[in-house]
Amino acid sequence: MHLLEGQGVTRQFGGLTAVSDVDFYVDQGEIVGLIGPNGAGKTTLFNLISAALKPKPGKIFYKERDITPLPAYKICRMGIARTFQTVKIFPNVPVLRNVMVGSLFGTGRRISSAEAQSKAEEALEFVELSSVKDLPAGDLTLAQQKRLELARALASDPELLLLDELMAGLTPTEVTEAMEAITQIRSRGVTVVMIEHVMQAIMKISDRIIVLDYGKKIAEGTPAEMAANPQVIEVYLGEECDA
Amino acid sequence: MGTNTFTKTKGLSLGLLLVVFVFLAVLPTLTQGYLTVLLTDILKFVILTVGWMMFAGPTGYISLATGAFYGLGFYMAAVFNGPLPFAVVIIIAGVAAFVVALLVGALTLRLRAAYFCIFTFALVLLIQSVVMEVERIVTQTRGRFVETETIEAAYWAMFIVAVATLLAAYLIRRSRHGLALQSIGEYEEAAAHSGINIVRTKIVTFAVGSLFMGMAGAIIATRRAYIDPGIAFSMNNTFLPVLMAMFGGMTNLIGPVIGAAVFTYIGEILLTRFPDLYMLIFGVVLILAIVFMPNGIVGLVQDVWRKLRGGRRAPA
Amino acid sequence: MVIFRDIIVTGLLLGGIYALVSVGLSLQYGVARVLNISHGEFIMVGAFITYTLFVSSANINPLISLVIAGIFTFIIGWILHTTLFRRLMDTSPTIEAFEGKSMLASFGLYYVVQNLGRIIWGSENRGFVFLNRTVTAAQIPLNRLVSLGVVIVIAIAFYFFLSHTRMGKAIRAAIQDRSTAGLMGVNIHGVLAICFALGLGLAGVAGSLISTILAIQTSMGLSYLVIAMIVVVLGGLGSISGAMIGGVILGLVSALVTYFQPSMTMIAYYVIFILLLLVRPKGIMGR
Repeated sequence: MHLLEGQGVTRQFGGLTAVSDVDFYVDQGEIVGLIGPNGAGKTTLFNLISAALKPKPGKIFYKERDITPLPAYKICRMGIARTFQTVKIFPNVPVLRNVMVGSLFGTGRRISSAEAQSKAEEALEFVELSSVKDLPAGDLTLAQQKRLELARALASDPELLLLDELMAGLTPTEVTEAMEAITQIRSRGVTVVMIEHVMQAIMKISDRIIVLDYGKKIAEGTPAEMAANPQVIEVYLGEECDA
Repeated sequence: MGTNTFTKTKGLSLGLLLVVFVFLAVLPTLTQGYLTVLLTDILKFVILTVGWMMFAGPTGYISLATGAFYGLGFYMAAVFNGPLPFAVVIIIAGVAAFVVALLVGALTLRLRAAYFCIFTFALVLLIQSVVMEVERIVTQTRGRFVETETIEAAYWAMFIVAVATLLAAYLIRRSRHGLALQSIGEYEEAAAHSGINIVRTKIVTFAVGSLFMGMAGAIIATRRAYIDPGIAFSMNNTFLPVLMAMFGGMTNLIGPVIGAAVFTYIGEILLTRFPDLYMLIFGVVLILAIVFMPNGIVGLVQDVWRKLRGGRRAPA
Repeated sequence: MVIFRDIIVTGLLLGGIYALVSVGLSLQYGVARVLNISHGEFIMVGAFITYTLFVSSANINPLISLVIAGIFTFIIGWILHTTLFRRLMDTSPTIEAFEGKSMLASFGLYYVVQNLGRIIWGSENRGFVFLNRTVTAAQIPLNRLVSLGVVIVIAIAFYFFLSHTRMGKAIRAAIQDRSTAGLMGVNIHGVLAICFALGLGLAGVAGSLISTILAIQTSMGLSYLVIAMIVVVLGGLGSISGAMIGGVILGLVSALVTYFQPSMTMIAYYVIFILLLLVRPKGIMGR
């Protein structure tokens, strides 16, 4: 059984087809990389999974259950958490409380304030933001806010984590730290799907890679296979030596 | 600001609150009717303003239905007071308002904010029309007679409901429900993706605020021997709480109390002398408040205070 | 059969007026993003200007006052937008914040204008008689036919304005995508002000027409506003043609219900409104 599966997932905006008849799957314990040029439909696919949008047509299954009609908050409570390409934190709320939103509301079970708080503190420690836990989240730097968003997602006890360009704008050191963190997250039993443009990172830690171009899935396989795939190379021609 | 000064000011304000509370509680025994009636009115607007602000503040959703819930409670009292004890009537009014608010919320809060605004605005006229039609068919009259209550009874009832409203608003803020509300107000999409049931949270908050509005309406209704739909469903009861909240400030609970006190008092003074002019002035004041005092007078004072003390942090 | 024709004619006329008012509101919300609660009050202003000019010693023909009222409310709208609403736009961080603030500001305006009206013109019903004789063939009062004619002329003129003039095209662009229109060289602030002013202008004209066929009072604005709001939702938020269609539909409904049970008319509107929100909130032409 695949943890997450999509069948014929399609989504249009007016005349533009953002995602076109994509079949995909993610297995428990994998780190899957989702790559493709800008505008290929990667974030839209995340939006379709997390129920920010509805596929028209297409179906998405989580643990063999059809989650296509469910609203976003239910998806989160079922165990799918995500971060966003443009950081979406609550600026006037203290950092700790930001993360507590995830632990109070996102775990899918009844949870006491005390337990929610300790979960949040744990998540903050993991992303190394404990020192700023009482500051309003809007006071943090962008890189810190990204980690905050990760902490919030982790605090909701996800089984599947969708990371949208977590490493954008990070220095090489920070990229390595992020890679470390993601591997650690996986070792705790969380399956990860990540959208990235930082090629060396994604090639290094992904078990499998899915490539999108103009909304279609054009290739799928191990990083080594992708690096040798002529279509993938062509799509990235000119972008190959980056990061 | 060290923790010492913080707890000192907190202790001071708590003490002050207690004094005010006790004073207000025994007021009718100390003064004649006029002051009691005035304070009943002020408390009524505290309830309406805080009830309105409970929802509008964190979510930014502007309900224009305050007058509708107030009027509904008003009519509940007109119908039931006499046969049923006053306290029960007040509760019935609150429940009626709560239920209607749940329905309205379920209908409109899953849609864009504009729909909510429009529907709540139309709600006053809608409920008024329905009530008028029902009265026409059932009693063949336009108005009805009300079993009245004494000035003191109305005052104490209003006082209790006002305290309950402020308490509810305070507890909601501090609870996880309040955190959910704040998250929705700051970034609704992120709140939804973090597991918050947006629609349900909004509906419940909206309904709780409306409950108190209904109760306030029921209490005021018992101060008149005869009422009709025009009196019950005045647009002023929607407008004035908005004015009071905008003027007073929506960031904490002191603002609406100040706004309510100021404008009820000014209204009292002006009402008898310039009935048309004073509402016109209030309209102008609202516009000026929106343009020049977005955080209300409390916010203004806070800004000035911060500037005087050489604030370290830039405003959020 | 005669009754049916009566209902249709009255319905179309009422519908035309509702359409005028609603198109005005739609322009203000759809383009300028102002949910103008004072909209109905400017209908009242138009009505009373026409009334005052008619009963004054100058005895001005309402069809001329119509133009005067329209221009007057247009100018007021222009001033209001460039002073008040522009300023709110500049100080609002998001479009939602602006919509909220401008709506509340218009709520204040509602009280200002209505009470000004009450101070100037009092609270009683007013009315005047204009072209009251019936056109014998159709048994319909001439003033109603004239009003209907005026509405149709305005609708056609408006249609041509939107489709064939530069400003009209700019407005249509702004409705579709405001920021891109601005980037394409449209003077967006000018367009917003014009749309808002046009909205109020149409309200003034509608009020003027209403005064020729119905009694007026300084409190008349509110019910027209609520009707306009329902029409705008019915037609689709932001759609001009939707507002026109919705207006006509509601006018016909009104004529029909009023014939059988006048006190149920408002309730009929609300029933339609609620059904709309339940079934198709987007409205008829909504995107």
